[in-house]
Amino acid sequence: MGGKRHFRVWRGDESGGELQDYQVEVNEGEVVLDVIHRLQATDAPDLACRWNCKAGKCGSCSMEINGMPKLGCMTRMSTFEENETVTVTPLRTFPIIRDLVTDVSFNYEKARETPAFAPPADLAPGEYRMQQVDVERSQEFRKCIECFLCQNTCHVVRDHEENKQAFAGPRYFIRAAELDMHPLDAKTDRKEYAQAEQGLGFCNITKCCTEVCPEHIKITDNAIIPMKERVVDRRYDPLVWLGSKIFRRPMTETVGHGETSVLGAVHAQPKGGVHSHAGGSHDPHAEAEAQRGVNWHRQVPKPTVPPVDEHGRLPLTELTFDRPAAPSPFGDDVTFPMPVEHLNYAHPEQDEKKH
Amino acid sequence: MTTKSATTPTLKPGQARPRAAIAAKTLRTDRWWLAPLLTVIGLGAWVTYATVRVFMHKWYWVDAYHYLTPFYSPCVTDRCVEQASHFGRFLPGWWIIPDAALTLPFLLLFRLTCYYYRKAYYRSFWLSPPACAVPDGHQTYSGETRFPLLGQNLHRYFFYAAAIISLINTWDAVLAFHSPKGFGFGLGNIILLVNVIMLWAYTISCHSCRHIIGGRLKHFSKHPVRYRAWSFVSKLNVRHMQLAWITLGTLALTDFYVMAVAAEWIPDLRFIN
Repeated sequence: MGGKRHFRVWRGDESGGELQDYQVEVNEGEVVLDVIHRLQATDAPDLACRWNCKAGKCGSCSMEINGMPKLGCMTRMSTFEENETVTVTPLRTFPIIRDLVTDVSFNYEKARETPAFAPPADLAPGEYRMQQVDVERSQEFRKCIECFLCQNTCHVVRDHEENKQAFAGPRYFIRAAELDMHPLDAKTDRKEYAQAEQGLGFCNITKCCTEVCPEHIKITDNAIIPMKERVVDRRYDPLVWLGSKIFRRPMTETVGHGETSVLGAVHAQPKGGVHSHAGGSHDPHAEAEAQRGVNWHRQVPKPTVPPVDEHGRLPLTELTFDRPAAPSPFGDDVTFPMPVEHLNYAHPEQDEKKH
Repeated sequence: MTTKSATTPTLKPGQARPRAAIAAKTLRTDRWWLAPLLTVIGLGAWVTYATVRVFMHKWYWVDAYHYLTPFYSPCVTDRCVEQASHFGRFLPGWWIIPDAALTLPFLLLFRLTCYYYRKAYYRSFWLSPPACAVPDGHQTYSGETRFPLLGQNLHRYFFYAAAIISLINTWDAVLAFHSPKGFGFGLGNIILLVNVIMLWAYTISCHSCRHIIGGRLKHFSKHPVRYRAWSFVSKLNVRHMQLAWITLGTLALTDFYVMAVAAEWIPDLRFIN
């Protein structure tokens, strides 16, 4: 198993680059990332590569190995022939930074645009109760490690840069499905949002996202197709319409907490073809806020100090303390979840309650 | 308003920064072209066979044993054999009209809009994309956002139709337990039965069915019966691709067997009567 193997690694940056040849030692049991590290230690000390856990759980070492998007740390060298050339390139869909490192901020933008979990109005944090059968579908999508291999392999953006604006990608379709299937999510317009703002219609279910997912999430079968069907429920199904007339049932089942769309109506099509960056609101102020992204200069009210003793420590037990249960290290006036106004993260909805 | 923070590495739209300059269109070294090629051959062969058979207008009915091929069920044109027409003969017998003109279009559309077949033909016939990480064969792409591909959302209508047609096929298979002496049972019955069972499995494993039967619910715990039904359909749904191909095979085999017996190329192997 040991011995020298032939590697071709893409080296370069924004201004260009090329595949460079290396002969590198490979030992039994190693993965591609180990070989990249050996390259850094020997022939190519300046080779740039993003990595972290080496266990397939952090999603950092996404790269393309022999043309297929894979995790470097989960691709065993034993899957190649002894005399096979292994070609390692950066993800093609995202802008290159250097060598194997790409700028994946496209994904973080799309994440920011997706409306977050909307808590039910009549339940306080700590009162949420859910049954396992109700949350198990959403739990599958929580396995996502955000390696963005699905985003990278999806031909909608991989082969058509112009679709990046209108298309959120498989990772955010499973996010939409996760929240739409969540038993306590109070937002009822996620289907319209997925269709109008995330570009669900661009997907032609060719299943490459499912093929490359290192967590084996059934992205297409369990998230994208159910979301497409949910959109059909709302817009095209005659029997659902008939049932709603005869039995006076709502068109889709809603959460029993009376919360309707936080955003108000989301338009079926982007207004004038312009993509919304603020959860489909199309409100100029919210759009500007969302475009600005993380606002580090927002003034956040100072919380009270934690109730520490003269030694600067939190009391260990209730016996030596003036109130029941454990004190909060964040101070008594801080409750979770924190009011959105107190975050320096500019969520599209946070300013709506003010006006 | 504060100015854009310097700590935000966000790439603004419209400023497409260059991707890695890799000359090769794909660096895949495996036989990624094999699956689309097999799909083209398989679907092409089946469609050719089915087209020839549908416009042949003969050898679809075995009078002695009441075998009716699914390609002619129900037979509704005025050239149909009377015993084969369970639903009347009200369409003119022009050669371009298939004898099962009421059902074939819906079956075709059911398969055409099926989530599995969409993957199969988008990849193999339309090359969009031919395989994962292999470039799309087209300059622009709008997916299923516009007419005519927007019509793929009608899959559910065709599922309802296909469920009704499966009932008709089941009825055909039941009527086929016949011989000149009354009740009869032969190899043709087994083939018809297997075909019908597989058709039901394919129809029920449909993604639209999975959604209608329970997938659309938000709270499974409030609907235990529908949850069980959904779990059952989900198990079948995993095999939707296999069932799609198996039913193409059983349909062609059933049709061929009925044709062969009707044309008296082979005798039917009889077990009872």
